[in-house]
Amino acid sequence: CTKDLDQLPDYSANAEVVYRDPAQIQQVLARLYATFAISGQTGPAGLPDITGIDEGFSNYLRQYWQLQEITTDEAVLGWNDGNLPSVNTLQWNADNEFVRATYDRIYYEIALCNEFIRQTSDAKLSDRGISGAEAGNVRTYRAEARLLRALCYWHAIDLFGGGPFATEEAAIGTYPTYKTRAEIFSYVDTELKALDTEGLLLAPRSVYARADKGVLWTLMTKLYLNAQVYTGTERYTDAITYANKVLQAGYTLSPSYANLFLADNNKTAARNEIILPITFDGTRTKTYGGMTFLVHAAVGRAVTPVSAGINGGWSGTRAKQNLPSLFTSATDTRRNLFFTTAQNPNVDTLTAFSSGTLVTKYRNVTSTGVAGSDTEGNFPDTDFPMFRLPDVQLMYAEAVLRGGAGGSNSQALTYVNAVRARSSATPLTTLTLNDILDERGRELFWEGHRRTDLIRFGKYTTGYNWPFKGGVRAGRDVETTRVLFPLPNTDIVANPNLAGRQNPGY
Amino acid sequence: YAQGVGTVSGRILDEKNEGMPGVTVLIEGTTFGGSTNSDGTFSIQGVPAGQHTLVMSFVGYTTRRQTIAVTAGQNTTVAPTALAENTTLLNEAVVVGYGTQRRQDLTGAVEQISEKQFVKGQVTNPEQLVQGKVAGVQITTGGGAPGAGSQILIRGGSSLSASNSPLIIIDGVPVDNTGLAGASNPLSLINPNDIESITVLKDASSTAIYGVRASNGVILVTTKKGVQGDTFHVNVSTQQSLATVAKYADVLSADEFRRLTQERGTASQLSTLGTANTDWQKEIYRTAYTADNNVSISGSAGPVPYRVSGGYLAQQGLLKNNDLKRYSGAISLTPVLLNGNLRATINLKGSWIDNNFSNQGAVGAAVAFDPTQPVRVNGSEGNPSGLSPGQLGTYGGYTEFANLDKDGNLVLNTLAPRNPVGLINQRRDRSTVKRSIGNIQLDYKLPFLTGLSANVNLGYDIQRGDGTTFVPANAGSDFNRQGLNNNYSQDLNNSLLEAYAKYERTLGIGRLELLAGYSYQKFENRTYVFNNYRADRSIFEPVSLSYTGQDTYLNRNVLVGFYGRLNYNIADKYLFTGTFRADGTSRFSPDHFGYFPSGAFAWRVKGEDFLKNSEAISELKVRLGYGQTGQQDLGGNYYPFLANLTYGSLTAQYQLGDTFYRTLRSDQYNPNITWETTTTYNAGIDYGFFGGRFYGSVDVYKRDTRDLLNFVNIPALSGLSNAGTFNVGSLTNKGIEVIANVDAVKGDDFNVTVNGNLTYNQNRITKLNTVSSANDVGNLTGGIAGGAGNTIQVNSVGYAAQSFYVNQQVYGANGKPLEGVYVDRNGDGSINSSDRYRYKSARPDYIIGGGANLSYRGANLAFTLRSNIGNYVYNNRASEAFYDQSTTGFVVNRNREVLRSNFNSAQYFSDYFVENASFLRMENVTLGYNFGELVRKGTNLSLSFAVQNVFLITKYNGIDPEIYNAGTAGAPATVGIDNAIYPRPRTFTVGLNLGI
Repeated sequence: CTKDLDQLPDYSANAEVVYRDPAQIQQVLARLYATFAISGQTGPAGLPDITGIDEGFSNYLRQYWQLQEITTDEAVLGWNDGNLPSVNTLQWNADNEFVRATYDRIYYEIALCNEFIRQTSDAKLSDRGISGAEAGNVRTYRAEARLLRALCYWHAIDLFGGGPFATEEAAIGTYPTYKTRAEIFSYVDTELKALDTEGLLLAPRSVYARADKGVLWTLMTKLYLNAQVYTGTERYTDAITYANKVLQAGYTLSPSYANLFLADNNKTAARNEIILPITFDGTRTKTYGGMTFLVHAAVGRAVTPVSAGINGGWSGTRAKQNLPSLFTSATDTRRNLFFTTAQNPNVDTLTAFSSGTLVTKYRNVTSTGVAGSDTEGNFPDTDFPMFRLPDVQLMYAEAVLRGGAGGSNSQALTYVNAVRARSSATPLTTLTLNDILDERGRELFWEGHRRTDLIRFGKYTTGYNWPFKGGVRAGRDVETTRVLFPLPNTDIVANPNLAGRQNPGY
Repeated sequence: YAQGVGTVSGRILDEKNEGMPGVTVLIEGTTFGGSTNSDGTFSIQGVPAGQHTLVMSFVGYTTRRQTIAVTAGQNTTVAPTALAENTTLLNEAVVVGYGTQRRQDLTGAVEQISEKQFVKGQVTNPEQLVQGKVAGVQITTGGGAPGAGSQILIRGGSSLSASNSPLIIIDGVPVDNTGLAGASNPLSLINPNDIESITVLKDASSTAIYGVRASNGVILVTTKKGVQGDTFHVNVSTQQSLATVAKYADVLSADEFRRLTQERGTASQLSTLGTANTDWQKEIYRTAYTADNNVSISGSAGPVPYRVSGGYLAQQGLLKNNDLKRYSGAISLTPVLLNGNLRATINLKGSWIDNNFSNQGAVGAAVAFDPTQPVRVNGSEGNPSGLSPGQLGTYGGYTEFANLDKDGNLVLNTLAPRNPVGLINQRRDRSTVKRSIGNIQLDYKLPFLTGLSANVNLGYDIQRGDGTTFVPANAGSDFNRQGLNNNYSQDLNNSLLEAYAKYERTLGIGRLELLAGYSYQKFENRTYVFNNYRADRSIFEPVSLSYTGQDTYLNRNVLVGFYGRLNYNIADKYLFTGTFRADGTSRFSPDHFGYFPSGAFAWRVKGEDFLKNSEAISELKVRLGYGQTGQQDLGGNYYPFLANLTYGSLTAQYQLGDTFYRTLRSDQYNPNITWETTTTYNAGIDYGFFGGRFYGSVDVYKRDTRDLLNFVNIPALSGLSNAGTFNVGSLTNKGIEVIANVDAVKGDDFNVTVNGNLTYNQNRITKLNTVSSANDVGNLTGGIAGGAGNTIQVNSVGYAAQSFYVNQQVYGANGKPLEGVYVDRNGDGSINSSDRYRYKSARPDYIIGGGANLSYRGANLAFTLRSNIGNYVYNNRASEAFYDQSTTGFVVNRNREVLRSNFNSAQYFSDYFVENASFLRMENVTLGYNFGELVRKGTNLSLSFAVQNVFLITKYNGIDPEIYNAGTAGAPATVGIDNAIYPRPRTFTVGLNLGI
């Protein structure tokens, strides 16, 4: 009767079953994408991927967005949740749960990708009887998993510098080793070039939301544009090389800027501009992070829930006064996404929602004004544009201005003015580097780029201040070590290989 | 006759005035004596003339002494003497693992509470029978809802992430602790009126025979049985109770709230205030009525003793629309067949509960909802005229906060609290739960070898839970999804096979008892999933079928055990016990088995010659025990070792291209997971003084748990999550238990007995991680209301589990806390989470229980008191009472704390809100009168009046210092965090009992 002690559930699957069926392998691949959107296997909450923090908080996009935006001149998130205030004020420490959640999410996704790549090796595919065209499809999936992994390693070196490192070659259960920022950069560089050479990824724009060659080249552009920050060595020429590949891949600007952030942005012309979205759906992709957070948190006071296509605002995110002040062209329609009625335009207190300009950029209504598919009004349909064309156009211009070869100043100005013209902003006649930073602020605000941009321009820690930077209302310079977040104490305690590897200043 | 000697004779009677055979009768200080014969008579020859003391003793009865004068050559006749049963009952049969033992032969820490000692009055759940009665056992009910679950913690609990619940065995069937959908407490399906005794096994020498499930103690429940040869009895009892709210949450009245908003609110906030004066708590609570009726018949039909009982409990909750109806029945047959060689025990219990849950969300909503608003607003659905513009709407007739959109349509304000009365009246939340427990046990004395017997026990425990919830489409609570109309269903099937052989014989100088057995138990937990419907039964969210396309999820846990026990008793003075169990569980694989030994020794000093005849010291026994027990219960985590892929729900799909995919996630797992082990050391003394009038025991213990099944952070990239269950860490519980019983007054008419127990327990975590680091804060736990994901407790090395983790408040000269000012404990110049420190814990240092029983002829007065000392509670109700209302279109009411602290913004992490929650509670007082044989001989009529939760003395500011929140699937159980507790009622009960 001891045989009965071997019990297995019939409602879940194991690797030996799943990885024999290409259709199910695609479902595992979908899950690698889904990590950016959802927080667990039961939307909106339940069976969480990671723990130690509220499940909705733990969402990848929500955490990444917070560290990239509320630590800058663009946004404030005025809630009293745990140590959230210190994220706003650049006073976080290695016990900060939001810093930890971002870190945990990034490495969680890398671990999922490692497992997928491990299980879909050529040897395993042939062992499991997958061959021919099916094997070819799975190889493409595997390349996508490698690209998503590289994307996460880029997030890791951008936010944390060096850190733990493992690929599919490290077995589950082993302590990963520590690699420096430059070492991980070099790995990502090599990996992305290999993916480009192997050519297994889908052609740009062939399937919406898949990590295709367009995504690969965009990521390479971002990596090389920031190489000076990551390694001390500039790679602007490489940035131009790969930006050019994206720019020639057939992406087109949406006629309407506002439509890029609405519930039907996966259907309208906005789709042609988006290089990589994180997809959401009001009935099928539910989360309390992601776009649910971005839409609800910005609504409150005079911005009515109905106008955003939802059932209630969370009164959380507002813009700091620095953001509206960037808009110097009176005709610029991008300013229409600011809402100032009955608001104090200046962020004078961190917690009061009346303090600061409201931003109605992300909404759960379609371009024709119809609310999204969730009749309860909780979960938006709106996709998050992680990478879109103007980002690459502005990166091209910046790399040119920074001295990279393979591009031209006139082409740079053309790209910048194309971006401006779409929103009726008056064209620029000359370009300075500072114009690029400001244009990135105007075009890409609240899209998760700002912290990286300010650091690249040397304006993050010193020399440029915004309300409550450093914990004072006027803002003050902070330690230069704040360009990196600390490795969370939870991981330093858990992994002996991280001993003594904490980032300086923490 | 010899010169100068005489004879003494007489008769000894028992309590029924029948002759008692076998009573030892001795002339004190001599060797003269003998025992009584079958009719209870005795005669002692050759007693020297003169004054003597005659000592009459019988095991289990109080020894009597009588002065006699013996005259030479004559027979002195002693008047018939009755011996009374000794309440210390040294030879009382105590239920232990796989059998019974005489109390005097016990070597472990075992406490048995029988019916006479149970908490009386309105007791509807079995565990409440012994609340405050057993040293080392802390029972905290989850609030005042009918059938609410309880936390039972024996000796502080040995686990961190795994279950801390004891193993509960009812008539030989280990029952399922798994929560059942629709039942708030699985034990509530057992009728307390059928219970004869509850035995608690506390140390490893008594529990280790239950191996991998015994680390948190074992509770053995024995139900009532018929008696061999007994006549036919009928017993009818009824209890009628009224329950009242003992204390309301201390929130501002409408006028106070208006004044506060006028003083501190903004103009727009002021404009939301209404003109009503609504006490929302009074609106949702009521005086609740409960009837508990029971009937039982018992007797013996030839060789078959039987007992059949039925019960009907109709219990109302304090919260309106909340009630429970329990129909229960039990049959037990205990025939002795084949010339006494085959003893069979057949138990069959069944119960059926209809629950009406009401909406417990109303408890919190009643505290928060604006008291200046009316319960109902008149007029048609929508925005009724005459109210503040756009602020109020009526939803199904109930006031709710709402806005008008630009087209003038009413839009519900989803962030506002919902109308508490609407929550209750607009939700129908019903469940039917059924449970049947049964077993047949055969004990056969094998004819070929004297002393050898075989025992087979086949049992089952089946539970069914089914429920429906309905909210109409126009109710505020579910307005945006157009109401709900849902089902849930769960089946629990638990089957048992036990077989053991026992061999008893005299060996050498002592008596040997050997036992060896096999146990197989299977638990099956089947959950059904359903579509999520709107009120009109249209589908709001379609059901997410399982990976295999089924609408059920079945989990199994199988346990297989092999066990043995050796008892060796030398002259009733030196007692040895050794046990061993090899236990396999399906939760760990491929290595299923754990091994759990124990050993104990007791020296019954009283049995030694120098104490044998001492009156002053009537009992003295020293016990020493050591043993190991295990833990495998990870609750819903059935396959922690398995590399699984979990299928995503339909609401967690991901879109690629134009296709939505249900995803497959590779889950975290631990192939090396194994049981946690608790090693217990126990030393105890059982004592009795003054002829057994003062008796009890003292135990000291140390319980070391290692390889804790601990949910810990794992290194990034080493697994498939950021945390998982690993065998990491250790903790220790140390403690002392003292039990004292005093028969203070003992007479024919007037009797007073007093009992008390005291427990001191210290819980310390001694290791948490594989790598020790000074930076390690520990594992944060204890979610609170306010913000999202905030926690207030921590498990850290060197501290008690669930210590509060808070900032140290700085106080002003006026003694008031200064808002936002905390001690910079790490001295880095800024105040943040790194300045939090560990301050107190929800665990009491001392748990004290006691009571007294006074009787005068037929009248009886009994009470039970309970006290915890040194336990702290985080007053979450108070910490949410700050002024700042970052809300739009409504304001929420506050606890009166807002006037004391005057905090403007949330200060959730201040130690100001960690309050001393030591308390003294009078659990129960009962006044009864027994009219005796009022009707005819052999009958009995008694009447009682009882009050439950009579008074509560505490410095704690919330409504009740005893806080246990059983948690739900999404929110784990918390201890010592006072959110929205369903108040415990004060209950007045009249009871009538008639026995024929």
